[in-house]
Amino acid sequence: MSTPANDPTRLPCRPRAGLRLAAAAALLALLAGCASWLEEGARDGTGPEAEAAESAGLAVRGLDPDEPLDAAILDDPDTPLKTRRIHFAFDSSQIPEDALPVLKAHGEFLGEHPELRMTVEGHTDERGSRAYNLALGERRAEAVKELLRAHGAGTEQVETVSYGEEQPLVPESNEQAWAENRRAELVYDSE
Amino acid sequence: MSRPPRPTTAPPRSWRAKARPAALAAVLAGALLPGTPRAEDEVVIDIIGGMEAATPIAVVPFQTAGGASPETRIAPIIAADLARSGRFEVLPEADLIATPGRIEDVQFSTWRALGVDYLVVGGLRPGEEQDYRARFELLDAFRGERTDGRSYRVGEGSLRRLAHTLSDRIYKAITGDEGAFSSRIAYIAVSQQKADGGGSGDPPEQRYRLVVADADGHRGRTVLRASAPLLSPAWSPSRDRLAYVSFEGGGSQVFVQELATGERRRVASFKGINSAPAWSPDGERLAVTLSRDGAANIYLIDLDSGETRAITNHWAIDTEAAWAPDGETIYFTSDRGGKPQIYRTGVDGGEVERVTYEGAYNAHPTLSPSGERLAMVHRREGAYHIAVQDLERDAFRVLSDGPADESPSFAPNGDWVLYSAGGDGNAYLETASLIGDAVTPLEATQRPGAQVREPAW
Repeated sequence: MSTPANDPTRLPCRPRAGLRLAAAAALLALLAGCASWLEEGARDGTGPEAEAAESAGLAVRGLDPDEPLDAAILDDPDTPLKTRRIHFAFDSSQIPEDALPVLKAHGEFLGEHPELRMTVEGHTDERGSRAYNLALGERRAEAVKELLRAHGAGTEQVETVSYGEEQPLVPESNEQAWAENRRAELVYDSE
Repeated sequence: MSRPPRPTTAPPRSWRAKARPAALAAVLAGALLPGTPRAEDEVVIDIIGGMEAATPIAVVPFQTAGGASPETRIAPIIAADLARSGRFEVLPEADLIATPGRIEDVQFSTWRALGVDYLVVGGLRPGEEQDYRARFELLDAFRGERTDGRSYRVGEGSLRRLAHTLSDRIYKAITGDEGAFSSRIAYIAVSQQKADGGGSGDPPEQRYRLVVADADGHRGRTVLRASAPLLSPAWSPSRDRLAYVSFEGGGSQVFVQELATGERRRVASFKGINSAPAWSPDGERLAVTLSRDGAANIYLIDLDSGETRAITNHWAIDTEAAWAPDGETIYFTSDRGGKPQIYRTGVDGGEVERVTYEGAYNAHPTLSPSGERLAMVHRREGAYHIAVQDLERDAFRVLSDGPADESPSFAPNGDWVLYSAGGDGNAYLETASLIGDAVTPLEATQRPGAQVREPAW
């Protein structure tokens, strides 16, 4: 079963849906830019080598330091960067083992791209006290941030915010929905 | 979702309700027969269980005269108030054998035969202006005399208020304790608004309202609307302001709103979470949860100067501060022991002491007005209940049915607790009494498609 709600590759788009959609659109635009890599690479004047690369099935390009980040890599299905949602056990802010490679990849990616900014959102399921859940969501987001920093992200690059139980992904009351809702979302800012 | 039975020794409600009239009759018969053997008395008391304090009372519909036809019926409001307290067993309206309007019309012997201890009667007739003359009497069925009585001049719009005033008078006259029926509550109401376009898989947009209402949930008045979450409303001790948490800026912030003017003031918007406001008994400070220095800890904010001071300093979660009435002790939720439990510490420093040990999840402490009892959210067998701990005798009792009860606060007289109940996408308010185990929804808050939660009293 693959509903939008439990598809881990789905871009988070709530709350601040407008901002998120703008960010997603920016990523898509950059993705579309992939098609022109080779052409640009050739034009950038690496000359015969570029042509050789083309025949070898490679894509080479020169780097313009003023160019905005090539964020298309974030949507490459072959990297852990595509995963931007981490799930947690009940009443726990411990990062599950299967999420460690994901956060390692994002931490390194942020380290390589110091111009990038990310907001980590912490969420909980609906059970128990709301104010306690707000703190629990915060601790989940902070745990994610800590690990991102350990892998190279700068302190100023990552913000955290907790929504507690206020923004469930699956607004239902059952074990599966609760498991979906106990999460942290990694949201790259659009600029 | 099926509602699991409440984990107490009390029998199921339906069983109790059926058994009670017979048991009451047996008690009354026993009381009238001096020669009844002691052993039988004990058996009878065992059958009644926790209900021995409930006083049987009949609330007779008020007689209307002179063409008075009010839209608000007073007697059912009084009946619901008294039943909610757990201290009264209200005779169902269908079982009333007569509808007298004054003491002269009452046949006391027939009411005694029904097992009724007290009788409320009254009448309503048009006044000189656009109002009513209302009259009520509280009658003692055993003595056959009047315990209390009074007349009022009241407008149509104030009949509900009058009913609650009469409930308070009756409660005081019979139990000797203050009622809490005329007080007001606050809560958060959430309604769904269909998302634009639809079909995207996104849940519908939520609309949040901060509402002030009568103690029975009627006459709700919205004092704030928002498209971002609102939570944790808290009354100032003078009852003229509400503190609450709003997500309007993206994250959580604490606001204080003047009820009369609607004027709002942002009192905490630090980095990280700003949540769970609780007024000091003198109304000059707010205890809040902040995570600006790392982990969530309890801080005091002086409302005049805006100065903040840390009360707790721990790497674990400390949140949901609740003041003891003396203003010197703060209770709070902490998971410093691994699971959320209630702790307490001095406002001016001192040791942190763990208070709850029952089960693996106790959160959202709130103190009774006398400071003798602590109500909380208590998890048991996967369900969340409201439980009460007696701080002086260390006794612990589950009050509510679950499975998703949250956010307890005591009635101003401490005799019952208000909280949100529900689950499976719906939420409404409910009360559970400390005496008599009456669990009663606030019907006015049971609306399809709406969630009513986070009550504050």
